[in-house]
Amino acid sequence: MGLNAIDHAFAKARSEHRPALMPFWTLGYPTIETSVQIIKAIATAGADMIELGIPFSDPLADGVVVQKASQIALENGITMRKGMEIAARVRAEGVTVPLFAMGYLNPLIAYGEQGYVEDWCKAGVDGLIVPDLPPEESGELGELCAQNNMALVQFAAPTSTAARLELAANYASGFIYVVQVTGVTGARDTLAAGLREYVERVKAKAEGKPVVVGFGVSTAAHVREIGNLADGAIVASALLRASFDAADPVQVVSEHVRQLRGA
Amino acid sequence: MSDFYPDGYNNMPSESGKYGPYGGRYVPETLMPALDDVIEAYEEFRDDATFRAEFEHLLKTYIGRPSPVTHAKRLSAHLGGAQIYLKREDLLHTGAHKINNALGQALLAKRMGKTRIIAETGAGQHGVATATACALLGLECIVYMGTVDMARQQPNVFRMQLLGAEVRGVESGSKTLKDAVNEAIRDWVTNVRDTYYIIGSALGPHPYPLICRDFQSVIGIEARAQILDQAGRLPNEVIACVGGGSNSIGMFYAFLNDPVKIFGVEAGGHGVPSGQHAVRFADVAPDALTQGRVGVFQGMRTHVLQNADGQIAETHSISAGLDYAGIGPEHAYLHDIGRVTYTNATDDEAMHAFHTLCRFEGIIPALESSHAVAEAIRRAPTLPTDAIILVNLSGRGDKDLNTVMGNLPKR
Repeated sequence: MGLNAIDHAFAKARSEHRPALMPFWTLGYPTIETSVQIIKAIATAGADMIELGIPFSDPLADGVVVQKASQIALENGITMRKGMEIAARVRAEGVTVPLFAMGYLNPLIAYGEQGYVEDWCKAGVDGLIVPDLPPEESGELGELCAQNNMALVQFAAPTSTAARLELAANYASGFIYVVQVTGVTGARDTLAAGLREYVERVKAKAEGKPVVVGFGVSTAAHVREIGNLADGAIVASALLRASFDAADPVQVVSEHVRQLRGA
Repeated sequence: MSDFYPDGYNNMPSESGKYGPYGGRYVPETLMPALDDVIEAYEEFRDDATFRAEFEHLLKTYIGRPSPVTHAKRLSAHLGGAQIYLKREDLLHTGAHKINNALGQALLAKRMGKTRIIAETGAGQHGVATATACALLGLECIVYMGTVDMARQQPNVFRMQLLGAEVRGVESGSKTLKDAVNEAIRDWVTNVRDTYYIIGSALGPHPYPLICRDFQSVIGIEARAQILDQAGRLPNEVIACVGGGSNSIGMFYAFLNDPVKIFGVEAGGHGVPSGQHAVRFADVAPDALTQGRVGVFQGMRTHVLQNADGQIAETHSISAGLDYAGIGPEHAYLHDIGRVTYTNATDDEAMHAFHTLCRFEGIIPALESSHAVAEAIRRAPTLPTDAIILVNLSGRGDKDLNTVMGNLPKR
């Protein structure tokens, strides 16, 4: 559990000469029960880690696909507690890979910082991702995570200066989330130009911490290419989008992850 | 007069953009370097004589500053108490105070070498002001506006288009101001290298609340000198409406160190007990569905209307410009230290004030500003006839005629 499990997952992927694959799924989408089944299927299909999205009414770093999934999950009555119950349930039902809870700051504050960290920890989650919390404001939360043997991920962006990359690396635990595109989340056809130089810039400041590329990562070919540059890849919108019109979303997502993992 | 607030108030915000515990910068990493650039540029140009001269020249010759202060004699006599004076921001070019900030920031953006301007708008006043500034300075302009607001402020949509701006309807969430801000932020994240985001109120991540306050503080600086000149002394009370809080902070700032009571008026909507309002400082039962609590919203730490699970609430006001779940961080601070008293006026009270000002003074106020007038109508009779209330009449009501006609009592 916790930081050791995350390190172990990266080490395992590295030993198999491939990037760690971290699919994203929105808690409570398309229904609360189906999201449980989908998260379990993502693990079974070969994910190395899973990012669980906590729905928020105003997700300003997210594109239309994650927005839509969040909105439907909220209409389904998802709450912070119900999200934690989903995590606890997939743990109880056999999911062993590291889990990250991704959620915006306001619901975190409303829940209470300490309770948020402790209750996600109890639910079996290994790390937290907070997209609107910059490193310079994350000291207290990082301390709480450390006390609970949990990771607090920090972000690198294409616009980050060397000084900011250093700051992110300083405060990061678990991994550094490399935002691949200048933009919001959402599937793209191609990876950004200059990705190699950018990832090298991040790695130069990363203090040896794993770097994982996300935002716009969509296909098995993307994941394969990222494997030559970084320690892992996050696929979110492409996976959600594939399920939008599916008769059997569990099956469709499972198959999609299998393809990504085959990369 | 340091009775009201701690020493060093004028040093707000702190280096990290904080007003006490409020404000700061809570945005995705992609935007953090862009905010650093804005801070650097603003610090460079704020005190630059050429920049100031250009801005002040346009304030005078293009916007029509200084705006006058009018003694509302008939209204004061009718109420039988304090003398009400109106700061006439409604007389400015484009019809509201929004142009002060939009033009200042457009000048800043041009100095920074940005060619593309984006903005959000609720009532449409900030969108019109930004489109105007961009037309004047030759900048590309894109305005995000919720489709619900586009329907209720149709004339302003047309105005923006006439001025050469592209108005992009926002279909996400509640399709109002907060969603337009989200969409503008998403655009900025995507086009940050050539784009400058002109936020329309004293809110968002640092340095926006500071920049907006500085460009709007001309309201209070002028009004303070004008009332001293016309009435021979300071007012007893100053009143302004508070949505995001730009006209109010612009008015209040010059009076913070004076022995003057200050009132900010939030939008009471259908009344706080109904849950349909935009009163961020509402004192409600702990189990109320909508609560104003400290949180982080659209880049700033402040009081935010939300549900128990931290989801942002859908607010209601008859005035689109006050219909917003967050409040500028400096207001949150002024509230907590007790320097400003925050009250609210309901839709009905604002509508009554609207008609009253029309009939007694020949002034058609914006529905936003009508909330401030409503508070003056409430307070004036409680004060002696030699007391002075200064009200910021932040905008004119032409844009609201459809809403008002729809609300006229049925015969």
